[in-house]
Amino acid sequence: MFTTKTFIKKTRIGHFLKHVREHYIRDDISCGFKSCEKCQPVESFLSPDHHNKCSLFNYNHYIILDTNVILDQLDVLEEAPIGNVIILHTVLTEVKHRSLPIYKKLFTLIENPSKHYYIFTNDHHKDTYIEQLDGELVNDYNDRCIRKACSWYMEHLPNEKFILLTEDADNRNIANEEGITACSIFPYVKHMNDNAVLEDKLSRKEIYLDKDAKDLFPPHLNNVELLTGIKEGTLYQGTFRASRDNFLEGYVSVEALEDQVLVQGRAGLNRAVDGDVVVVELFDKSDWISPSEIILEDEGGVEDVKDIEQKEKELKETATKKKGEIKPTGKVVGIIRRKWRQYCGILQGGLEGVYQLFVPADRSIPKIRIETRQAEFLKTQKLIVTIDSWPRYSRYPHGHFVRALGKIGDQTTENEVILLEHDVPHSQFSEEVLSCLPKLPWIITDDDVQKRVDLRDLDICSVDPPGCTDIDDALHCREVGDHLEVGVHIADVSHFIRPGTALDLEAQSRGTTVYLVNNRIDMVPDLLSSNLCSLRGGEERFAFSCIWEIDKNANILNTRFHKSIIKSKVAMTYEEAQMTIDDKSKNDNIAKSLRYLNMLAKILKKRRLENGALVLASPEVKIMMDSETMEPLDIEVKKMFQTMSMVEEFMLLANISVAEKILQDFPECACLRRHPVPPSSNFDPLIKAGRHLGLEIKIDSGKDLAKSLDDAVKPDNPYLNTMLRILATRCMLQAVYFASGTLQKEDYFHYGLAVPLYTHFTSPIRRYADIIVHRLLAVSCGADATYAVLLDKSKTNEICQNLNYRNRMAQYAGRASIAFNTHLFFKGKLQDEQGYILYVRKNALQVLIPRYGLESTLYLARKGESSNIFEYNEEDQTQRAKDVVLHAFDPVKVRLSLNSDNIQHEKFVLQLVSPFIEGFSVPPIEEMDTSCEPTNDSGKKRKSTGDEKKNKNKKSPKNKN
Amino acid sequence: MSKKELLSKIGLRLDGRRAHELRRIRCKLGVFTEPDGSAYMEQGLTKVLAAVYGPHQVRGSKSKAHHDNCLINCQFSMAVFSTTDRKKRPRGDRKSTELSMHLQQALESVIKTELYPWSQIDVYVEVLHADGGIYPTCVNAATLALIDAGIPIKEYVCACTASLANNDVPMVDISHQEEVMGGPTLTIAALPMSGKIVLMEMSQRFHLDHLDKVMNKALQGCKDIRQILDAAVRLHVRDIGSATGWALTSYNE
Ligand SMILES: [Zn+2]
Repeated sequence: MFTTKTFIKKTRIGHFLKHVREHYIRDDISCGFKSCEKCQPVESFLSPDHHNKCSLFNYNHYIILDTNVILDQLDVLEEAPIGNVIILHTVLTEVKHRSLPIYKKLFTLIENPSKHYYIFTNDHHKDTYIEQLDGELVNDYNDRCIRKACSWYMEHLPNEKFILLTEDADNRNIANEEGITACSIFPYVKHMNDNAVLEDKLSRKEIYLDKDAKDLFPPHLNNVELLTGIKEGTLYQGTFRASRDNFLEGYVSVEALEDQVLVQGRAGLNRAVDGDVVVVELFDKSDWISPSEIILEDEGGVEDVKDIEQKEKELKETATKKKGEIKPTGKVVGIIRRKWRQYCGILQGGLEGVYQLFVPADRSIPKIRIETRQAEFLKTQKLIVTIDSWPRYSRYPHGHFVRALGKIGDQTTENEVILLEHDVPHSQFSEEVLSCLPKLPWIITDDDVQKRVDLRDLDICSVDPPGCTDIDDALHCREVGDHLEVGVHIADVSHFIRPGTALDLEAQSRGTTVYLVNNRIDMVPDLLSSNLCSLRGGEERFAFSCIWEIDKNANILNTRFHKSIIKSKVAMTYEEAQMTIDDKSKNDNIAKSLRYLNMLAKILKKRRLENGALVLASPEVKIMMDSETMEPLDIEVKKMFQTMSMVEEFMLLANISVAEKILQDFPECACLRRHPVPPSSNFDPLIKAGRHLGLEIKIDSGKDLAKSLDDAVKPDNPYLNTMLRILATRCMLQAVYFASGTLQKEDYFHYGLAVPLYTHFTSPIRRYADIIVHRLLAVSCGADATYAVLLDKSKTNEICQNLNYRNRMAQYAGRASIAFNTHLFFKGKLQDEQGYILYVRKNALQVLIPRYGLESTLYLARKGESSNIFEYNEEDQTQRAKDVVLHAFDPVKVRLSLNSDNIQHEKFVLQLVSPFIEGFSVPPIEEMDTSCEPTNDSGKKRKSTGDEKKNKNKKSPKNKN
Repeated sequence: MSKKELLSKIGLRLDGRRAHELRRIRCKLGVFTEPDGSAYMEQGLTKVLAAVYGPHQVRGSKSKAHHDNCLINCQFSMAVFSTTDRKKRPRGDRKSTELSMHLQQALESVIKTELYPWSQIDVYVEVLHADGGIYPTCVNAATLALIDAGIPIKEYVCACTASLANNDVPMVDISHQEEVMGGPTLTIAALPMSGKIVLMEMSQRFHLDHLDKVMNKALQGCKDIRQILDAAVRLHVRDIGSATGWALTSYNE
């Protein structure tokens, strides 16, 4: 059957267009009940064995959901033992239209057989399709469609019971009149068996506890007013960013304005939450102020407003108009789009009753008021909460509890928090993914041997950090005539991961393996990462080889790529390889091979540096874990060996060679990696720091910078050069993947390595980009076939965007994990350590402690304390106290302890030990008597120290690029 | 999962069809009396009129005439009201010229042109409403008009489009909405009985991996269309026949 849908659309230029579309009505759509004989059999998860138990209805029933229930209460639906749910296509379309994330979540529910969901395509079914009436609103029409489907089901299956769950009271009333049983989800869930946890998860969007409650916030303008205001230029749209230090302050970045707009106080912020797209109104220029310098923390209880009023007063009193720091000031008048998500955090202690306050770990998010019946239990837990609404009368946004992650302070809980906060996919691999794995025992067939070059006789070895189980690269070098033949052999992961399979899509979505201190979240299942792909010593493995003929001055004579079978003779650690090279008595093939490689690597490195490649530094530490208790035993700086640099050089060389090859064969869709040149303003802190030392840092080109850094040496401070390099590292931008067809050739440049072309080829076990590159290269050398997505540049670019995001998040997660373990290690410890001043600030010193790779703030004066014995010289960047002058990069001795007052935000407290300043410094630990307890300099009112922001948790230094 | 989903998880397309289903086809032969043959064809909302004149003597320059076969002259046009945006010129633009030539190519493959040396057949098609798959509908309409005109043809020439839903599932007879949202569209004109393809066109590049299955889908579409056209022709013949009385013998069900 056939009908048309007509609708009129306005085009951008203001013409009215009439669109007519076909709409087919079918007679082959099934009701989804296996027992039904009237309909064609169809795959359906509806099951007569599942019973929905709700004491409001003393019979078994099937449930039909309205759109609003799905949009608001998905958390409950996910959790509750509610099954046998019929999702109407009308509802599905509406959900998709309103929120894509919720639609995706809904689909995982629908696809889960144990949930017993069924999609009924009511809008194409001959008996349930109804036409929209003239002048009927879309909402009313959809409601009518839903009711029509309900009554059809009742008629079609007279022996079954159906209940419509909807939050729309009108819809409910009409449904009841039409003889349909309709119910709101609130009473439904309340009357379910075992509802205690479920009830907490109900979204509180529509609850009005007290209609007379005083409004605490000004109202928001409606959408029309906002849009008119923006159009007329009286209002500005932008993204709201909350201050982390002052809960009554925030900024709105407006594209049209140069400066961010400062908003302050309850009325100024007006319920905006970090990340929201808001609309601001600017004050008169005479009312503009400079950002406050005080730190305010929200210390309020559930309904208490006194605290906030007093703090607003404090804010007003300290308001200043410092010249040069005055910012455009305004207030938020409306919200265009909320960017609320799920937040990790803990409950605020000391509150009784069902209403509790949730304190998010992210300090830019306000506390959230939730209703729970299990507060005592939740107080011991890290939990996830989401925001539902923020009514005018409520001091805090209303939200609901989603789930508990585990006990506060547990390693596993904290790992979970780190993974969630960084959006790292870390669930178990699904059955579907695992089914793509090769069956064991895995054997090499004759067919395989025929297709690959047999290199099993070559003396190949791998060199990695100790304990490495995912070995993705191995090397060899041998004499061929006058020249040398060098081979880099990379695990042939793309042989096992075929494009488009569930395994491929999962790896693509994960993008990278994430390394936490005591946990590795694999990109591909263990069987591949630690076994079949890992180039273990003494085992036959598939590899993708890049082989050069090189003369003894490290000039490449020719390059070739092919798939191969190798048998690594030995898997070495950096240290073992170093010892083999150094041990003159060893003269076997492996030792010779390593010596040649080392010799070539030195030439390659020298040449690279001469071309302007940068040597950057960031303190890298390794945390030694107790294997039983999983507690950190010690933290040590990673040892450096020449062999690390040796392996790195050949990996770089392989990556560059491969990049050239794939770009040549796939000019549009090669997956490359670029490192953009940083804007010169990024270097300001570095240049400034150099100037105070009397050093000129040139930044005109990478080469100039590299040279300036090399020359910046002062014999009296051997660590100075490293610190400058650390500063330089912070001026850099992130390197990113991209599809070659999306950018101009000039933009392919890799700044850090100073090469025009670069890609990632050498770590396919733990990076998805390398898998794409392997596939392209395989096509290039005729070892594999292309497939559609591989040649689609926009698709490749889309994948690259995801990889860039995942990489960044993996890096942050790794750092967060080190930070957590460093904290754990220092709990209850007190230690004097050698440190260096990285920056001199107005009231503090930023100190780097290389031994632990951490950076923390040494406060010279407390906020509000007038007795500051230090004198700040902005010009020279120094702090003077009596006859001691502290410069940037000066070595200092500091006492290190951990302040755990705030269990979510523990931080390091530093005290100066030497140089000794009367009345400020503390005596060294050895001389200290018992009365000198570490004063807990209540970190509460202090700025974030950004502890060990630069810690890295990388597998090995060769991955830096 | 993007917002673009040509085939929903339950296997229905945006307009409610399944991947292998054609749009509704309605057609009628002999809609005009003036031309020698005519037909009206609807595929979904795409509506086309076709008229055939001839065979007759070559008009205009005699030099165009062929000594061993007849000249097929096709003219394609689109009514100004046929698309959502008003068209400025009904014919003569590049797209129309191209479609005219493609139509000619398809028809030349079936008309027994050798029967009419020194003569010409004119085929005019006009799109009344365009909603995707203009060319196939024109070919199908022209085939019917030729039959109505009584011009001998080897077999039906049918045309159909196919594309790929969600980068995986081939689907047939693409609507305008699907054309706009989806990837490349493949158009073929074929002789469904012998399985010969006389014209094939792609709107964008297809990956080789997909080409076979999409082409097979389009070919299947042509076969399905042939059956519908065939039924329409038989019905038409019966109607005319019953008016004159002679058809009753063969269709006395
Ligand atoms: Zn049924």
